[in-house]
Amino acid sequence: MGVVLWLPLGTSVLAATVSLRVPRVARLAGIAVSVVVLGTGLALGAAALDHRVVSAAGGLLRADALSAFMLVVIGAVGLTATWGGLQARSAPGPAALLSAFLGAMSLAVLADNLGVLWVAVEGTTIATAFLVGQHRTRASLEAAWKYVVLGSVGVAIAFLGIVLVYAATRASGTPTLSWVDLVTHPALLDPAVLKLGAALAVLGFATKAGLAPMHSWLPDAHSQAPAPVSGLMSGVLLSVAFYAILRIQAVANPVLGPGLLRGMLAVAGLLSLAVAAALLLRQRDYKRMLAYSSIEHMGLLALGAAAGGPLALTAVLLHMLGHGLAKSSLFVVSGRLLAVEQSTAVADIRGLLARRPGLAVPWLAGTAALLGLPPFSLFFSEVGIVVGAWTAGLQVVTAVALGLLLVAFAALVRLTATMTLGAGSRGGPAAEPDRSAHGPWLPLALALAVVAVIALLSGPFGTLLRQAAAVLGGAS
Amino acid sequence: MAANVYAQLVGLAAGVLLLTGVLLVWRRSLAASVRLLSVQGAALGALVAVIGVQHREAGLLAVAGLVVLLKAAVLPVLVGRSVPADAGREESPRLNPTAALIAAAVLTVVAYLVSRPIVGSSPDPAVRAVPVALALTLLGFLLLVGRRHALAQLVGFLVLDNGIAAVAFMTAGGLPLVVELGASLDVLLVVLILQVFSARMRVKFGALDLDELTELRD
Repeated sequence: MGVVLWLPLGTSVLAATVSLRVPRVARLAGIAVSVVVLGTGLALGAAALDHRVVSAAGGLLRADALSAFMLVVIGAVGLTATWGGLQARSAPGPAALLSAFLGAMSLAVLADNLGVLWVAVEGTTIATAFLVGQHRTRASLEAAWKYVVLGSVGVAIAFLGIVLVYAATRASGTPTLSWVDLVTHPALLDPAVLKLGAALAVLGFATKAGLAPMHSWLPDAHSQAPAPVSGLMSGVLLSVAFYAILRIQAVANPVLGPGLLRGMLAVAGLLSLAVAAALLLRQRDYKRMLAYSSIEHMGLLALGAAAGGPLALTAVLLHMLGHGLAKSSLFVVSGRLLAVEQSTAVADIRGLLARRPGLAVPWLAGTAALLGLPPFSLFFSEVGIVVGAWTAGLQVVTAVALGLLLVAFAALVRLTATMTLGAGSRGGPAAEPDRSAHGPWLPLALALAVVAVIALLSGPFGTLLRQAAAVLGGAS
Repeated sequence: MAANVYAQLVGLAAGVLLLTGVLLVWRRSLAASVRLLSVQGAALGALVAVIGVQHREAGLLAVAGLVVLLKAAVLPVLVGRSVPADAGREESPRLNPTAALIAAAVLTVVAYLVSRPIVGSSPDPAVRAVPVALALTLLGFLLLVGRRHALAQLVGFLVLDNGIAAVAFMTAGGLPLVVELGASLDVLLVVLILQVFSARMRVKFGALDLDELTELRD
């Protein structure tokens, strides 16, 4: 079974090579890798339900329930973004980088070694750097420079943290970065060194996860990248970085107690919600609007992680999936909007529902999911996070967070209403409404349908979620 | 190796690391920065070799060779290649040299305070030198925020990376080889990418002054 772990990595290398050699098929590379990642994730999830943990490469790669779940998220969001963003033709270079990007994220969640996890997360920065700077305009160059410098420096802080975690194990005689060893032998860790290491590692990965106050690169990079790449970065890369925080928290909490990281994450979560709410209120650009909404949702995840416990952690994982699918669908639609309207300004897009129902309907459905309206799963995961945080003793933090969420909700509703409602044409004769979806509609429909029903399903999916949360110490 | 020779050699290498770090903060010329970076890389390699000989680990000696090759030769050459012959002599940093040196002194003191739990009561001279490595990391940050020139920021990033690598070697004799190799490859690729971007910036903006990056804001 161990060979299954190599599948996503091997496919990504193969797809990158093939798309460089045979440019004709380059446009399909991302879809192929996503399908394999999703399939592997489902297979590993099934194995995890049987309480089998698959490992390979002498224990460097290992898939427990959490890794399997994250792989499903990467595959599902990847499929939405790459299939929805399918072009008639794609340059080989970007297609190869996209495959490498998906492969690096898969490696990050499959690695049972904090060092390899770090190398993979840094690899995602490398793979996406040229994708962000693809348009070669002043703005995209600026976004790419900030992205690479801030991303690398942030992740370098995380590296320092991981080095110190490694140093914390040296007293045990067998220094290790293996996640399993660190969790199963907490007594071997030197608490004083681990404290410094865990704090730095969480700080560093929080930069990559776009948590305030280290978020300044995010709106620039996510608004300048081509739409499918933005969808992947916003929808799943942030979650992969957040996954690293969750793993480190699971190592640190048994030794240090939950206080230190709870404080850090609660502050980062509240700051992220505040920044997102403030900037959503006066946002004029719909791609940046989506980027700030990602900061808002990462803030919610941080709040859930700060709370800990089975309810909040299960909700955090469900929220990653729901947010990823909704956000990547919206970014795909935003790419189509930009292509037909030639503008990313909210003010230039009026009466979309009357003029272009083919784009307005998925946009409205995606926004409804993002706002957390039932039956979409984000409603249930947000309730889970809020209740979890409240019962964990974070009442004040939760109350402030609810207020900020309300502001962000109102701002997002106002911007969406500006874009979609109203008369189609100003004064002139009403043109025939454009019902075309300007691209494949099936991936968007599938993604949003999954978000709508996933929280209502229990059965194997619910068991997998609970097991994944139990891996993080939220045993029920 | 006799214990006091080992302690002296570790102290010497750590001293060179800190000295080059402070000189990098002080000097404005990019060409000089690149030479200092190369010396710093060599000192880091020497440190790894000394630790390797003391602990009789052949693997660490190979890693030392890799460190010298990458950090004393390849990376400085890569950065130096794009330093223009005429321009960049006198870039104007955000901090003047006096303020920068005072900041460097403060950061070094901070590094000593922060690293007390790591040093603990360890008798190993390498572990006792960890504050120097942390100071180097902080100096890298100072260079990153204190400079306007794109290549000077790149130098700052490499100093930061040298500092973190020094912490790894001093505390635990380096990380597992897989991680070490992966991390080196990542740093090399990041430097290459930033080089390509700085070349594009020179074409688009006509300069490498990062204060020109003002297009994207809310």
